Amino acid sequence: MSELNLPDGDDAVEVPETLTLPLDAWHRARGGRMVEFAGYWMPVQYEGIMAEHLWTRESAGLFDVSHMGQLYLSGEGVEAALEAALPIDLSTLKLGSVRYSLLLDDEGGILDDLMVTRWETGFFLVVNGATKWDDIGTLRELLPDEVTINHLDDSALLALQGPNAAAALERHVTGETPLSALTFMKGASFKLGGVDAWISRSGYTGEDGFEIAIPADSAAQIAELLCREPEVKPIGLGARDSLRLEAGLPLYGHDLSPETSPIEADLLFGINKRRRTEGGFPGAVRIQRELAQGAPRKRVGLALEGRQAAREGAKVMLGDEELGFLTSGGFSPTLQRPIAMAYVAAAHAAEGTALEIEVRGKRLSATVVPMPFVPHRYHR
Amino acid sequence: MTRYFSEEHEWIEIEGDLGTVGITDYAQGQLGDITFVELPEVGAAVGKGDSVSVVDSVKAASDVYTPVSGTIAETNAALADEPELVNTQAETGGWLFRITLSASDELGSLMDETAYKAFIDSL
Repeated sequence: MSELNLPDGDDAVEVPETLTLPLDAWHRARGGRMVEFAGYWMPVQYEGIMAEHLWTRESAGLFDVSHMGQLYLSGEGVEAALEAALPIDLSTLKLGSVRYSLLLDDEGGILDDLMVTRWETGFFLVVNGATKWDDIGTLRELLPDEVTINHLDDSALLALQGPNAAAALERHVTGETPLSALTFMKGASFKLGGVDAWISRSGYTGEDGFEIAIPADSAAQIAELLCREPEVKPIGLGARDSLRLEAGLPLYGHDLSPETSPIEADLLFGINKRRRTEGGFPGAVRIQRELAQGAPRKRVGLALEGRQAAREGAKVMLGDEELGFLTSGGFSPTLQRPIAMAYVAAAHAAEGTALEIEVRGKRLSATVVPMPFVPHRYHR
Repeated sequence: MTRYFSEEHEWIEIEGDLGTVGITDYAQGQLGDITFVELPEVGAAVGKGDSVSVVDSVKAASDVYTPVSGTIAETNAALADEPELVNTQAETGGWLFRITLSASDELGSLMDETAYKAFIDSL
C-alpha cells in the first residue's frame, strides 16, 4: 500500500468524498462489487464481467447509470440558443426524438458527448457523469439568461438492454402509446410499475433496449421489479465497458477528449448536415477545415491476433514508426478475441491495414477493421 | 510437499528443489474472467519478486511475481487453449510454471496457508 501524502495546515486540499447513488444499497444487497467511478460508488460487476456481458447479448441486462447528468433546458429562445451551443439541427428533431450530439470547445475539441431529446416545452439532455459539472458551467456560459438549466438530480437513470428487454419491460408499462411503438432513438412518457417514467429506446450496448428516467426514490423499487423478470439480471460497469467497445461506441475521457475533434473521432453524424455548412457553433472553423481537408488522424477499430489484449495507452507501430495509440482495448467476450480502438495517422487508417501494437515490450499484430465489431441490433 | 504463499497472492508448492507456482483462488476471484496468460520462457533465470508472467482478465492485465529465485523449468501448456483454468482450478490445474529453486532459504519469508488466510482476511 502506498501512503497518501496530504499536505496539512493551510495548504490542505479538499479531497472530494465519493458519493452514493440512489441504488447504492440495492447494488450491495445484490452482491455488486463497488468501485469508485466518476465520483460515485458504482458496481463494477455482480457475478462476473464475462457472464454479465454474454447475458446482456442473449437476454437482457439492467444497468444503473444514475451517475450521468440529466438536464432540462427551457425558457424563451431555448431552441436557437441550443443550436448556437451544439452542432445539432433541432429543426429535424421531432417531439420525443433523441439525438446524439457533442459539446465542443472553441477549438473544436470534444468537451463531452451527450443525448438531446425534444420535450414539449424544452430539451432533455443526458451528459456523462464525470463531466456533468463542467458541462453545466459550459452550457451556462453558452446559453443566455432566459434559458434555464434544470439539473434533474432527483432523477435516477436505468438502462435495460438486450434482445429480451422489450418483452420484460412491456409487462410493467402503460402509456398513451404502446411501448412497441417506440423505435430506436424515440422516447415517451409511461407509467412503469405505477411510477412516472421517461423511457427512450436507446442505449450504449449496441443491442435493442431502453433508457429509463425515474424519480430517485422509486429507483430501488423499479430495479427490483425489472430484475424479478426471468430475462433480466443486473449488470455492472465492467460489462458496460466491454459491450460498448464491441458496439464501437466511444467512451468519453478515453476515446474522446478535448484533444480530439469530432472528425478525428469519426463522429461526423454528431455534426448535423445543415450545421456542417452553416457553422455557427463552437469549434465550427476547425470542423469545416477538417471536413474540407481531412483530419490528420482517425479513430479506428483494431482486431488483434492471438488472445493477448492491448489496453489504453499502448502504442500503435509500423516498423519503427509510431502511428498512434490505443484509447480503449480489451478482450471481446462475444468474439472471443482482443479488440481495440485507436487513433492512428490518417494515411494508415484504411480498413485492412496491418499494424502492430506494443504491449510490454512485445509486438502484437493487428488489423484495422470496421466498427462496430459486433453488429448493432437496434429496433428501427 | 509443502505449500507457501506470498503477499502478492502467488502460491508455490515445493517438491525437492522444484517449486510449482500459481496464483491463489483469492487472486483469481479478484481478477475475474481470465482470457490469456503470458508464461515465462523455460530456462530463464529469474530473481525473487521479478515479474515473470502476466495474467490478462477482461478487466486488466496483472503481473505475476515469482516468489523465489531460480530457473524456469516448465510452463503449463494447457493454459494456451484454456486460460480459464486459472479461474476454475487456480490452486491445482491452473498452475503457471515450475521453477528450480536456487535459494531455498527464500521460502522462509513466505507465509503458510494459515498465515495467508489471515492475511487475506485482513485486506
